[in-house]
Amino acid sequence: MSQSTVTTIPGRSEWDGGVSPMGVSYGKLMMWFFLLSDAFTFSGLLITYGLIRSQHPAYVGDHSAFVFSHNYWPIPEKVFEAVPFFHGVDLPLVFVGIMTFVLIMSSVTMVLAVEAGQRMDRKAVEKWMLWTILGGITFLSCQAWEWTHFIIGTETGTIVKDFVNGEWITRTVYGASLHENQYGPHDFADFFFFITGFHGFHVFSGVCLNFLIYYRTVTGMYERRGSYEMVEKVGLYWHFVDLVWVFVFTFYYLV
Amino acid sequence: MAHHSHEPQVVVLPPNKEKIAHLWKVAGILLVITIFEFIVAFTMHAGPLKTSIFVGMTIIKAFYIVGEFMHLRHEAKVLIWSILVPTVFIIWMLVAFVYEGMKMSDINFLRFLN
Repeated sequence: MSQSTVTTIPGRSEWDGGVSPMGVSYGKLMMWFFLLSDAFTFSGLLITYGLIRSQHPAYVGDHSAFVFSHNYWPIPEKVFEAVPFFHGVDLPLVFVGIMTFVLIMSSVTMVLAVEAGQRMDRKAVEKWMLWTILGGITFLSCQAWEWTHFIIGTETGTIVKDFVNGEWITRTVYGASLHENQYGPHDFADFFFFITGFHGFHVFSGVCLNFLIYYRTVTGMYERRGSYEMVEKVGLYWHFVDLVWVFVFTFYYLV
Repeated sequence: MAHHSHEPQVVVLPPNKEKIAHLWKVAGILLVITIFEFIVAFTMHAGPLKTSIFVGMTIIKAFYIVGEFMHLRHEAKVLIWSILVPTVFIIWMLVAFVYEGMKMSDINFLRFLN
């Protein structure tokens, strides 16, 4: 980019202002540093997940004979195997695969909106922003369904033994909450709610920002301003949300 | 100031076909990697090799998202390094905490024996 070379007006030093040392505008640079700090927050959550998970014993034995138990960490694909409208059919990780696809596609439409903004094509920005918003809302709806399924639980539930008032009692637990979990150790559900919830909240904020950008594009604000740079800044945020999902997908669902 | 009633003159450039084709290519790569991850998830047994493949694929995906979609690969060198270098701390934190977790698991195991 031609902006990346630092040019100074004769008689003025670089330190007098008016130059962008990193070749990007102030707003974009600050968005980058915000995203870096956000990456640290997400790393904190995911690494704590890694710590707690490596503390628990892993399931050993035949993969097909796996049952939910509080004694070992569950195999994720045994937990996330439901797909809407396919009740009772064992489809491991298919739904989360669809969610990943939706989010990657919305990232593609976002980058196409940025490309359209760079050549001042208002109609194209509107079109691609709408697709991006639609992708974000689809992802959030999928997550709402997945949370509902996770909270309600399986039909048979899991029988757990508890030590209450000096004697062992057995009872059946359905689904998961912050203090009870049919799929495995309590921490498994807690991390599910915290990590996917924190990411989902980022997606929600992203959809709100995308809508704001769409609204301002439609009303011609950026056209009057002569620049669609706001699309690029919000685009950076939106791609970051996609990036975080790539890591959540690997470390929560695949590994 | 005089009142300007006319709309600003906007010059709309034609779509940059080459750039758009490149973006779709990156999207294709991301999808192919994700499909590959699914194949690995259902054909391989759990173990260090499987985990390494997943981590490796994730890093490749992250490279394409940050490098191409977020355009970082084409920015000034100083910006690239300002973003990449601090992530070293994340890598160290990951190694340290997972190692710590495995050690804590050893201690818990001894407790179960009693």
